[in-house]
Amino acid sequence: MALLDIKNLHARVEETGMNILKGVNLTINPGEVHAIMGPNGSGKSTLASVLAGREDYEVTEGEVLYKGQDLLEMEPDERAREGVFLAFQYPVALPGVSMSNFLKQAVNSMREHRGLDELSAGDFLKLMREKAQLVHLDPSFLRRAVNEGFSGGEKKRNEIFQMAMLDPTLAILDETDSGLDIDALRIVADGVNKMRAPDRAFLVITHYQRLLDYIVPDIVHVMVDGRIVKSGDKTLALELEEKGYDWIREETVAA
Amino acid sequence: MSQTGTDYLHAVAASDYKYGFVTDIEADTAPKGFNEDVIRLISAKKEEPEWMLAWRLKAFRYALSLIEDKSRYPRWAHLTYPDIDFQDISYYSAPNKKPKYESLDEVDPKLLETFERLGISLEEQKRLAGVAVDVVMDSVSVHTTFKEQLAELGIIFCSFGEAVQNHPELVQKYMGSVVPYTDNFYAALNSAVFSDGSFCYIPKGVRCPMELSTYFRINQAGTGQFERTLIIAEEGSYVSYLEGCTAPMRDENQLHAAVVEIIAHKDAEVKYSTIQNWYPGDAEGRGGVYNFVTKRGLCEGDGSKISWTQLETGSAITWKYPSVILKGDHSVGEFYSVAFTKGRQQADTGTKMIHIGKHTKSTIISKGISAGQSQNSYRGLVKINKNAHHARNFSQCDSMLLGDRCGAHTFPYIEINNHTAQVEHEATTTKVGEDQIFYCNQRGISEEDAIKLIVSGFAQEILAKLPMEFAVEARKLLSIELEGSVG
Ligand SMILES: Nc1ncnc2c1ncn2[C@@H]1O[C@H](COP(=O)(O)OP(=O)(O)OP(=O)(O)O)[C@@H](O)[C@H]1O
Ligand SMILES: [Mg+2]
Repeated sequence: MALLDIKNLHARVEETGMNILKGVNLTINPGEVHAIMGPNGSGKSTLASVLAGREDYEVTEGEVLYKGQDLLEMEPDERAREGVFLAFQYPVALPGVSMSNFLKQAVNSMREHRGLDELSAGDFLKLMREKAQLVHLDPSFLRRAVNEGFSGGEKKRNEIFQMAMLDPTLAILDETDSGLDIDALRIVADGVNKMRAPDRAFLVITHYQRLLDYIVPDIVHVMVDGRIVKSGDKTLALELEEKGYDWIREETVAA
Repeated sequence: MSQTGTDYLHAVAASDYKYGFVTDIEADTAPKGFNEDVIRLISAKKEEPEWMLAWRLKAFRYALSLIEDKSRYPRWAHLTYPDIDFQDISYYSAPNKKPKYESLDEVDPKLLETFERLGISLEEQKRLAGVAVDVVMDSVSVHTTFKEQLAELGIIFCSFGEAVQNHPELVQKYMGSVVPYTDNFYAALNSAVFSDGSFCYIPKGVRCPMELSTYFRINQAGTGQFERTLIIAEEGSYVSYLEGCTAPMRDENQLHAAVVEIIAHKDAEVKYSTIQNWYPGDAEGRGGVYNFVTKRGLCEGDGSKISWTQLETGSAITWKYPSVILKGDHSVGEFYSVAFTKGRQQADTGTKMIHIGKHTKSTIISKGISAGQSQNSYRGLVKINKNAHHARNFSQCDSMLLGDRCGAHTFPYIEINNHTAQVEHEATTTKVGEDQIFYCNQRGISEEDAIKLIVSGFAQEILAKLPMEFAVEARKLLSIELEGSVG
């Protein structure tokens, strides 16, 4: 069974009624890494947001099955507890809320959902230290408030760190590579690669083929104007890098 | 005649009794009414010396003149409540020795649930709820060692009543020196009828080795309706003083008017922390406590420091401005406050920093959180006197609104009479952002827990200033208070 099955998904901005997703079809199986590329404003983040359950968007048509269940019926926090993780393109600051407090709450609500006991303070600290290492985050960082005053790169690494802490089944990474220096890019990619597993899938949104050198995708999709218009293997990313998107637009119009 | 002078005066004062005084001295509760007889009854019950009675009577006459002159009745722009009929209140009831209940089973289960969640021990739950408690050997011995340890250092920590009896020279010297009974109506009322309270004296050069908490005070007779606290820190001494309790306090007395006075001599430091959680009333605000408090510290000596830290969550109405008079040169005043209101609560809190000495410095950080249909106001005054050269103040007032039916208001008053002063004021108003909640949701955190996290993050800077254990309790309290108060 597919892990995620998106069929003919249409969504619009709740407030303005502007249509953004115009019939997205996408199937992701456990263990796979999918990449989505596409021009600015084509709807990539919107797709990620709709999957995570952001209320700014209204689904007008289509369906999304996650582990065979109707994902769109679930509340955002429920989806997260069921293993859907979104690494935000623009992570949000929570002034005064320490990273460790935030994650304790998150980890324990996940554990509760899975019928596990709360982690002891000691075990929790150990887990945090271990996962922080994965993305080379300094442990002192865990005492800081969530995303407050973090540099762009720190915010992105922090998203991957949280992903590692929460052990998701479907991880959606929205431009996690943008704003990272070369070293950080490699660190983040290494972190992701270490987490690749037969029962976990990734949906990686990116503008740069470079990331896909490190995180090698099984399938690359191109989104244009709210639709996935082309899919292929990792060589598609190379082709896009070289030629840009215009040829695909033309192809689509011609079709 | 073997009578001493004081005894004689006492006898003379007591002789008035046979005229207007009709109340049975054995009665546990005074009849309703604000009159001279009641003042004499209170003083007699407490076997007070004549000077104490005389002081009460002066305060009484002043308070009465204000009640009778409606134009001087204290009213504030952002508090609305019916005028209180001061003649319809009983001003004295004996310390409640008889337990209200025989066992915990008789106590409101909701109250017990809250105790449970605050992590309050069973014995303590009984004490707080007014259930009969067996004599706990353990706590008695804790109290004894505690008292011995303080006595060795010359620290006096006792009830106000005991201080009147045993340390009259200190009480006479300092009582009313910071908050004179003429200060405001509620200070006058308290001075006339105060039931009891705490007294604390730290001798020269002594650093009090433990947090002094009213909670540990021996002979505590429950938190009174008209409490009075006096803290004196001699030269170079230090004390951290805690008042209040996170446990919800119900009280059949609706009107509360406390007075707290602090005196810090040269290079002394007093840190005063409080959590206030009086009954706020039902959903409509009925039956909640009206809490009118006058708290003021005097930085008497050079280099002295007084800081107030408070978490206010209770009461139907709170009117409270812990203040500091910065008289000594280089003295420091601080005010750190979190006020949370929900339902129909109204809070008007803030501070006054009066700079008199040179190079005096004050810091004000106030965080107001309003939910439901509550009104939360900050009212502050920073006054720099003519000779307060190089005085500095920094004020920051942040408000957070939960929902759109509540209100947050900021009234900063600044009076500067010396051009070398540096005064800075910042104010912000925020709402809990949808994107913040979504971010938390995406990490598996429910909406309610997300709001709790975000609000406690907002208050964190202040809560972190509370003494360790108190801070833990404060966080729990805030989180419980937030439950169901959003949306
Ligand atoms: N909440 C919103 N309100 C109004 N317009 C929106 C909203 N969300 C998305 N849009 C619009 O929908 C379009 C798609 O936005 P989206 O963020 O999904 O693009 P994207 O593919 O992620 O672009 P980028 O590569 O720049 O990140 C854009 O035109 C954007 O302005
Ligand atoms: Mg985007």
